[in-house]
Amino acid sequence: MIKVEQLTKRYPGVVAIQDLSFEVDKGEIVGFLGPNGAGKSTTMRILSSFVPPTFGRAYIAGHDVFRDSLKARRHLGYLPESVPLYGDMRVNEYLRYRGSLKGLSGKKLQNRADAVKELCGLKEIEHKLIASLSKGYRQRVGLAEALIHEPDLLILDEPTIGLDPNQIRHVRELIKSLGKRHTILLSTHILSEVEVTCSRVIIIHRGKIEASDTPENLVGRIRTSGTIRVEATTGSDDPVEVLERIDGVKSVVANQEDGWHRCLIRVEANSDLREDIFRLAVERRWKIRELTQERATLEDVFVELTHTDN
Amino acid sequence: MKRLFTLLQRELSVFYYSPIAYIVLFLFLILNGLSFWFAIALLNRAPSENTVVQVFFNSAFFWISYLLVFPVITMRSFAEEFKLGTIETLMTAPVRDWEVVASKFMAAMLFYLSLWLPSLFYFLIFGWLGNRSAIGSAAQVWAPYLLLLVMGTFNVALGCLASAMTSDQIVAAMISLMLTIGFFFVTLINYVVNSSSPILREMTAYVAQLDHMDSFSRGVVDSRVFVFYPSMAFLLLFITYQIFQYRRWKV
Repeated sequence: MIKVEQLTKRYPGVVAIQDLSFEVDKGEIVGFLGPNGAGKSTTMRILSSFVPPTFGRAYIAGHDVFRDSLKARRHLGYLPESVPLYGDMRVNEYLRYRGSLKGLSGKKLQNRADAVKELCGLKEIEHKLIASLSKGYRQRVGLAEALIHEPDLLILDEPTIGLDPNQIRHVRELIKSLGKRHTILLSTHILSEVEVTCSRVIIIHRGKIEASDTPENLVGRIRTSGTIRVEATTGSDDPVEVLERIDGVKSVVANQEDGWHRCLIRVEANSDLREDIFRLAVERRWKIRELTQERATLEDVFVELTHTDN
Repeated sequence: MKRLFTLLQRELSVFYYSPIAYIVLFLFLILNGLSFWFAIALLNRAPSENTVVQVFFNSAFFWISYLLVFPVITMRSFAEEFKLGTIETLMTAPVRDWEVVASKFMAAMLFYLSLWLPSLFYFLIFGWLGNRSAIGSAAQVWAPYLLLLVMGTFNVALGCLASAMTSDQIVAAMISLMLTIGFFFVTLINYVVNSSSPILREMTAYVAQLDHMDSFSRGVVDSRVFVFYPSMAFLLLFITYQIFQYRRWKV
């Protein structure tokens, strides 16, 4: 659905993206992750034919976004980060206008307009002026407008930025359900969202792709992958020594407080050693007060891959 | 074509759904009414070989209102899209750049024409109520309006060009004003430049809007303006199109 080859965009004095190459297949929901200024918006603008690349090519549904721009745009629904809307139009009017621009007319236009209003929960406010809408509703109008011509591909630039938790949840559910019928490329800072909605994550930093994989694989790859917390009274045992003997334990750090030892155990990724630790504790007659596994999150991956040494 | 029509519909609705349009129309009609009143008052004083049409279309009232209306009509057209960022959603829809430029131009033209049409009634009613000879021949009535149409394409295109150059409406209005007035007074070059060669004199006389209106309001339809103004308008719109594309690609 999307094919990007060696995409480069240079502005005077700054390289926004450099030699970017990736693919998004039909039916995928791909999350574009990166710190501010990484080049996510630039890439999306190039894909939506808004900005031309300095070098390289991009294809949407086989059409070159620069040379075959009109055809490429027909397959695409794009929602920019700033969600620019015409404040002087009503929601109804605006959706019909955009649908008409995208080639819909007559009964089909009316049906599609009703369908997207239903989908995005805009029925109650369909007669309101866009200028009077809250950010959440504006976002929904933007999304509805992107969907109106049933595009194969949706490109969403920070679709949940600035929304309250309820609205975020609503948009997230919407994206998941849309993912069943559309291919989606979205960019976001909200990492938990990416874990929940995306089948694949592309991490971009300073204009280059740092990683491209499923969320689980990415989490498994990094050093700080698994941590188990144990709080126990160990009698005369040295907890560090004993715990380090367990298979799969990488390192143990322990503090003592009031007779209780609080241990932080670093383990292999994707392993669950809590049972082993429990059995050990029973054997050695320890009293356990806490036994939890902390899994690394995508945030850890993100920070590790994109931290700048300032 | 259908897309062009959709865009045009939207641009027109921006004009007519905003109160600004009606304020402009209102003030414009007041100016026209006053102008007409003064024209008749002038003719009442003494017999003259000028018709009311001639006096109306050659008065200061007319020219001031004519020149000042263009920045007001066109300043918003492109500048606002850039300022608001709606250019991004506009250009990522499957529309062609020239369709956008053409629709904005046409909408401004239609609005401009709707400003002048009411004044046509003054002359028709006057001719019907009073002495027909006071408004001269039939040609004298519709010729100035024909010229207004043709000159309008040029000045509106000029305004569109100014609007496409900037994101700020005020700057667009100022540029448009400068260009419009500058062109109107182009014959003044003859007084500024020391060596007023006959060629320069003739060239500036050729493009002088004052002279064009003078002959048209007498009923003399000079066909040269039908080539000059539309072709200049086309050139200006072409430049507007190029600037529009350039700015978009720079973003």
